[in-house]
Amino acid sequence: MLAGGTDLLIQMRGDIVEPSVLVDIKNIAEMREIAEENGRFRLGAAVTGMEIMEHEAFNAAWPGIVDGAKLIGSIQIRGRATLGGNLCNASPAADSVPALIAAGALASVIGPDGRRAAPVEDIATGPGQTSLETGEIVVSFDLPERPPRSGDAYLRFTPRTEMDIAVVGVGVNLALDDSGVCSAARVSLGAVAERPLLVDEAAAALVGTRVDDAALAELSKAASAACRPIDDKRGTREFRIEVAGVLAERAARIALERAGRT
Amino acid sequence: MARYHVTTTINGDEVDFLCESDQTLLSALRDELVMTGTKEGCGTGDCGACSVTVDGRLMCSCLVLAVEVEGKRVETIEGMADGEELHPLQRKFLEHAALQCGICTPGLLIASRSLLERNPDPTETEIRYWLAGNLCRCTGYHKIVEAVADAAREMREV
Repeated sequence: MLAGGTDLLIQMRGDIVEPSVLVDIKNIAEMREIAEENGRFRLGAAVTGMEIMEHEAFNAAWPGIVDGAKLIGSIQIRGRATLGGNLCNASPAADSVPALIAAGALASVIGPDGRRAAPVEDIATGPGQTSLETGEIVVSFDLPERPPRSGDAYLRFTPRTEMDIAVVGVGVNLALDDSGVCSAARVSLGAVAERPLLVDEAAAALVGTRVDDAALAELSKAASAACRPIDDKRGTREFRIEVAGVLAERAARIALERAGRT
Repeated sequence: MARYHVTTTINGDEVDFLCESDQTLLSALRDELVMTGTKEGCGTGDCGACSVTVDGRLMCSCLVLAVEVEGKRVETIEGMADGEELHPLQRKFLEHAALQCGICTPGLLIASRSLLERNPDPTETEIRYWLAGNLCRCTGYHKIVEAVADAAREMREV
């Protein structure tokens, strides 16, 4: 399957994959558009990073997803690379995935048996591995309605500011009620396990609170506790666990500020 | 694999060529069309030396299959100067000595033009971020950033 090709062509060049047939799936209409209907966005799986960044209404509704898309590779890569590709390449460190998970996005999957919906957190199962059956492709992402006073954010740690792979990534999405109490939250971590994680315990630390310092400290603890990272030259195990907690708190503060603005 | 017949527009001219199904746009430009202005650096999308635009979108031609540009509009470094007259970016790269070995230069020029088309008055930070996908191992980037800013200034005046 060829979408943006930014992973596949490199694998073909390195003889890591040698496809006998290559199907270019990015000219399918549903896969190419960002559609808004009754306040819900449907994001085509072959929409590129640059197209997401340039879409004003989407930026206003889901800035955290845009945070993730913005961090992938260079301008050149973002001109080609797609959200569906980033998910299905199944790198644990994929930058666009935690914010999609935090958003509660459902992947619309089409295959020989028809169409099914799957939570984004259920697609990647391990490095390079997905739960997709043979012949299935992700065609789009359905995002839930955006209530007033909601906001999301994605932060990652990398040694460099551009052209780098996340050592830790955190997506936070939250909604506040009229009195400023957090009524719903989702937290997702990238690059700290074999796949991007949805961390219910971290979200639970925010729900019912005013997202004050005490709640953020609990969030931070829960995020760190959920990590089961590898230990490599890009970040030690201990470092990743600690940074996950720090970034969770920072991302939550940004999401809170964005929620206050809407 | 079979050879494919591709018809496309390169620098405003209709062009057709034959290529393999797994051949990159970079390879088709250089090896089939002998348009060797576009350089191969890393071949894996990290260095930006092979930058071109396809339908106005900046990309690494090493990460595009040649068959994908059927019916599209490709712009390469060969289309940048107007005959003998250099594009302001090319002139400013020379004036500021923004190149040494020159391998990264076509890609940097294409990427810089793509920036100035969208943002005629970029800040230094915006220039540096936009060009983050173009590696230069000679200049240390300062002269490149200065040349782009200077070209932008001149292009805004005319």
